[in-house]
Amino acid sequence: MTCTEFLAMLDDLIDDSVNPELRTELQAHLSGCEHCVVTLNTTRKTIEIYRSHEIYDLPTGLRDRLHAAIMSRCKKGC
Amino acid sequence: MPTIQSVAGELEPHPDVALVARVREGDVAAYDTLVRKYERQIFRISQHITQNREDAEDVMQDAFLKAYEKLDQFQGNSKFYTWLVRIAVNESLMRLRKRRTGKMVSIDEDIETEEGSVPRDLADWAPDPEQNYGQAELAEILRKTIQGLPQGFRIVFVLRDVEGLSTEETAETLGLSIPAVKSRLLRARLQLRERLSRYFNRKKGSGEMRSEK
Repeated sequence: MTCTEFLAMLDDLIDDSVNPELRTELQAHLSGCEHCVVTLNTTRKTIEIYRSHEIYDLPTGLRDRLHAAIMSRCKKGC
Repeated sequence: MPTIQSVAGELEPHPDVALVARVREGDVAAYDTLVRKYERQIFRISQHITQNREDAEDVMQDAFLKAYEKLDQFQGNSKFYTWLVRIAVNESLMRLRKRRTGKMVSIDEDIETEEGSVPRDLADWAPDPEQNYGQAELAEILRKTIQGLPQGFRIVFVLRDVEGLSTEETAETLGLSIPAVKSRLLRARLQLRERLSRYFNRKKGSGEMRSEK
């Protein structure tokens, strides 16, 4: 397996949607290719960092304004 | 009595189904529960697309109001959350179009870029590289980095990897084919990885941001 072939399967590997046979092939490539190990690990880390850090805080008061807006519609409609 | 059609793997009804039913019967408090459950996600998605705080606030408000008013049109074929996300994405794109009059805003146009499709920066990252930065500094790096991605890549990454939609749900929400979602996701992940490498590389792991001239 070449690095390009590995890269094409990178997402499936990260998302755990490869069959056991392919997984063995991908792992065989990884055992001999440090570059692909780095790419895999740092891509996983990229996703994890974005998933675990709140980069846009919810503005304060927004929920209250929304609640008030919904209540005013409700009075008209229900 | 309605017939219950069981779908493999979906025997348990999603907790939102009961909430939606209560809202339809006029229970506004049930809608508040749904708002509290999803407000952060909807705000984040709107902010990622509009890249403008004021617009994101308006979009969030409009999306929840629209969903409330159109709840009768919600078929229940998809999850309430996915349906809500679709409304928020459409509202965000509409807001962008208003702001950029005359300029096309589309997420389904083909993006021609070779950037990031082949990893260039192959140095390993420091262990827990984010710990080299303070919270505010890290958030700024993450914001700046993701804002630099092409719009069509950014939305796919946010829906799929940050907000946890499946590939199928992302495709349906954005009106893209599944292969298009997959191809964009791979390129988005690789581009973000490449761009973050300049902050997180082991060899530059002193915690200082590089100044680029």
